[in-house]
Amino acid sequence: MNKPLRRVAIFCGLLMLALLVRNNWIQYAQADKLRTDEKNRRVAIERYATPRGDIIVDGEPITGHKATGGDFAYKRTYKNGAMWAPVTGYVSQAFGANQLESIEDGILTGNDDRLFFRNTLDMLTGKKKQGGNVVTTLSGAAQKAAYNGLKKQGGKGSVVALEPSTGKILALASYPSYDPSTIAGNSLETDAKAWEKLQKKNNPDDPMLNRALREVYPPGSTFKVVTAAAALEHGMVEDADQKTDTPLPYIMKGTTTELKNDGDLPCKDASLREALRVSCNTVFGKLGTDLGNDKMLETAKKFGFGEEHFTPVRTSSSLFDKDMEPSQVALSSIGQFNTAATPLQMAMVAAAVANNGTLMKPYMVDELQTPGLDTIEKTDPEKFSEPLSPENAQILQSMMETVVNDGTGGNAKIDGVTVGGKTGTAQHGENNSKNPYAWFISYAKTDDGSAPVAVAVVIEDENAVRGDISGGGLAAPIAKSVMEAVLKSKE
Amino acid sequence: MSSTTNPSTQHTSTIGAIGAPSRRNTELALLVFAVVIPVFAYANVGLALDDQVPAGLLSYGLGLGLMAGLGHLAVRKFAPYADPLLLPLATLLNGLGLVAIWRLDQSERLQQSRTFVEAAPRQLMYSAIGVALFVAVLFFLKDHRVLQRYTYISMAGALVLLLLPLVPGLGHNVFGARIWIKIPGLGTLQPGEFAKIVLAVFFAGYLMVKRDALALASRRFMGLYLPRGRDLGPIIVVWIISILILVFETDLGTSLLFFGMFVIMLYVATERTSWIVFGLLMSAAGAVGVASFEPHIQTRVQAWLNPEREFDLSRAGVQDGIVHSEQAMQALWAFGSGGTLGSGWGQGHSDLIGFAANSDFILATFGEELGLAGVMALLLLYALIVERGVRTALAARDPFGKLLAIGLSGAFALQVFVVAGGVMGLIPLTGMTMPFLAYGGSSVIANWALIGILLRISDTARRPAPAPASNPDAEMTQVVRP
Repeated sequence: MNKPLRRVAIFCGLLMLALLVRNNWIQYAQADKLRTDEKNRRVAIERYATPRGDIIVDGEPITGHKATGGDFAYKRTYKNGAMWAPVTGYVSQAFGANQLESIEDGILTGNDDRLFFRNTLDMLTGKKKQGGNVVTTLSGAAQKAAYNGLKKQGGKGSVVALEPSTGKILALASYPSYDPSTIAGNSLETDAKAWEKLQKKNNPDDPMLNRALREVYPPGSTFKVVTAAAALEHGMVEDADQKTDTPLPYIMKGTTTELKNDGDLPCKDASLREALRVSCNTVFGKLGTDLGNDKMLETAKKFGFGEEHFTPVRTSSSLFDKDMEPSQVALSSIGQFNTAATPLQMAMVAAAVANNGTLMKPYMVDELQTPGLDTIEKTDPEKFSEPLSPENAQILQSMMETVVNDGTGGNAKIDGVTVGGKTGTAQHGENNSKNPYAWFISYAKTDDGSAPVAVAVVIEDENAVRGDISGGGLAAPIAKSVMEAVLKSKE
Repeated sequence: MSSTTNPSTQHTSTIGAIGAPSRRNTELALLVFAVVIPVFAYANVGLALDDQVPAGLLSYGLGLGLMAGLGHLAVRKFAPYADPLLLPLATLLNGLGLVAIWRLDQSERLQQSRTFVEAAPRQLMYSAIGVALFVAVLFFLKDHRVLQRYTYISMAGALVLLLLPLVPGLGHNVFGARIWIKIPGLGTLQPGEFAKIVLAVFFAGYLMVKRDALALASRRFMGLYLPRGRDLGPIIVVWIISILILVFETDLGTSLLFFGMFVIMLYVATERTSWIVFGLLMSAAGAVGVASFEPHIQTRVQAWLNPEREFDLSRAGVQDGIVHSEQAMQALWAFGSGGTLGSGWGQGHSDLIGFAANSDFILATFGEELGLAGVMALLLLYALIVERGVRTALAARDPFGKLLAIGLSGAFALQVFVVAGGVMGLIPLTGMTMPFLAYGGSSVIANWALIGILLRISDTARRPAPAPASNPDAEMTQVVRP
């Protein structure tokens, strides 16, 4: 009977071997995958086990933490959360994280590999693990001006301010907003209910939408700056004051439809400067058609249209279409048809013009720090493209300055500072049935010729009287206060 | 003890155990480790959870030490030549299991459960009863061959034990498996654990008598020895019983265990490979057949094939008539999160498994807190128990002892495989407990009895001169001393 006994022994050995192999498979080969699985609650437990690092603006944290009960030790708190929500995003024990809180989660929780050495040291010396900090490029004063401006206005809207020479994002406001503190915990009573109320299906205002980065609007007349840049760059126009060959009324090529101006404007054969000052649809529509789809698209792409940007928070992609009919190109060239831009995109347009034609990549994380405030990584400003030559940029600047000094953008005038801008009133809805969007893009220049700030403001106010909505009326004052805030903080 | 050392004069076994030293002191030394390691583990849990040595450390250490000491004294007195490894291995596993159960008792998450009870004190009591039964087995069972007399009584007993959970009012259905019985005032009992041993006794007695008929009367067909129709009877009966267990108690594990044990013993008794082929075919057919209409089994298979989906369904609260459980996925996450070295005692989150975290799923706690290294060590401890059992079977001089020893150790190996394989996602999950580690009175008591029987067989096998007087069946041939 011993021969079968030995075989049974081998069989039992194989059973044990199978268990050992499987054990190695799940605890070694698959371990990392299982350990970091988002559904594995340990990931969340770990995330909230230590006080989370802070997000910092102007050297001051705009976030904090609070000890909670249950298996999550700490929860996130926000200072002035609604104002900063488009920057921070949220991190919630119940609902995960998004935007900056999600992208820099490793640094903030202290789990990032770049903190490994430090964590090991801390473990050996018996110190508790801490999260690192994320230092942003934002300006508290500019953000406050932007958010309060939107809040006072009362309608939905968004403001983005950039530093043209570097691409630093100075303000990133969206209204209506939400306070991420209210959903940071995992209480069914408070946090879950607050979350439900914020969802788009329960709240038509969609407060959790980051309008500055994730919403696209028809840019309307502000897009004429891009069309002007294309005309200058492609040699269609060489001088701002040279008369263009534009009939009035202008019938769009290939159609019998007249492209109308907004009112009785002196647009016949108007120069580029004059056309921008009074915002002639005819001049820019014809310029776009004459340039053609490809050249317009080429310039739009150089300004950043047609792709997502990572600030590092992802933006939506702005659109200038291809393969359009000439009439559609005409409409697109004045920011209508299906042209669509994020507020950040239009701020980039203003910034590129202000920075003498060089567009810098927009970014909002200046530095990642260890808990001990040592720098782990610093973002260097990076050139995105050169949509304009310096000469053409200066021509465009002088035109935009005329808009503010003598044109539709008068509300953005600041004493003692050169301001250039462009208003926009974009129609939307079928047959323009809905209230148009009010746009304003601008930049401010100091005496030494540098431009410390470029702004884009968009207001979607469904309650306002239709006639009142014009970029100059609603949006320009907000842009002005944001520019003033930045200029003041520079002094 | 050394006085009995007798140079081997006759080899009746392939293992030269005769005249071997008793190894009782080795056992004692190993027992010291088997007690000290869990005591350190216990202290470790307390330090990790509350930053202090737990208050119960002394009584826990003394309790475990006392049990080990009593067991050792009983072996020294009643089975001096028994295998020296089995008792320390069982003690170590039992001790570590107690620590893990106590550790899970401290979990706030489990304490919030409606059905929470402090399991560790109960398990300590069960362990004490188990060791007492172990001592009783060694004391009353002077020779394992006595059990031969109870072959058919065992059969009846095993059937009764298996059927008890089906008796209305007595049976107790827990999450779809009817394998418990409720004894008013005493709690629940899993008769299947005891049936395992009783059935092994029956199989061993039956096969010892019938093995020649089963082995020799067969026809050769395509290289296989096909048994005669009438000899197929017993295997078919056992197969039917297994299927019935599967259908009425929906207990895949026990069903597999009994059938597997029988096939192993049949193979050892007859040395016919054809039985294995038959066994595999029949168990495959049975399992597939039952799974095709039994929703409980289907769920288990679903959870095995796609644990993540089951988790999502369970979380979403999908009500489609099937109980969706997130446990399989939670167990995998526990293992994965433990990684190579584990999080350390008391620092894991295996309590996320929830229900049965300290019984069926206890291996996941070890996986998370002691890591790959710890689980491999545990599996090797189990492998060692099986190896000592098989060695005992090899060394045993009588066919009944051989069959009983291989039946018990084979069943033990199968149980470890089915449970550990289920928890680790190697095979579908079945409702069985990890011997000695898991919380459960029936399991720990029955397994101590199993170790007792193995020790008795190994004592008989390793005893220097076969003492004829010790075989009550052989009294007529007793040599009359001059």
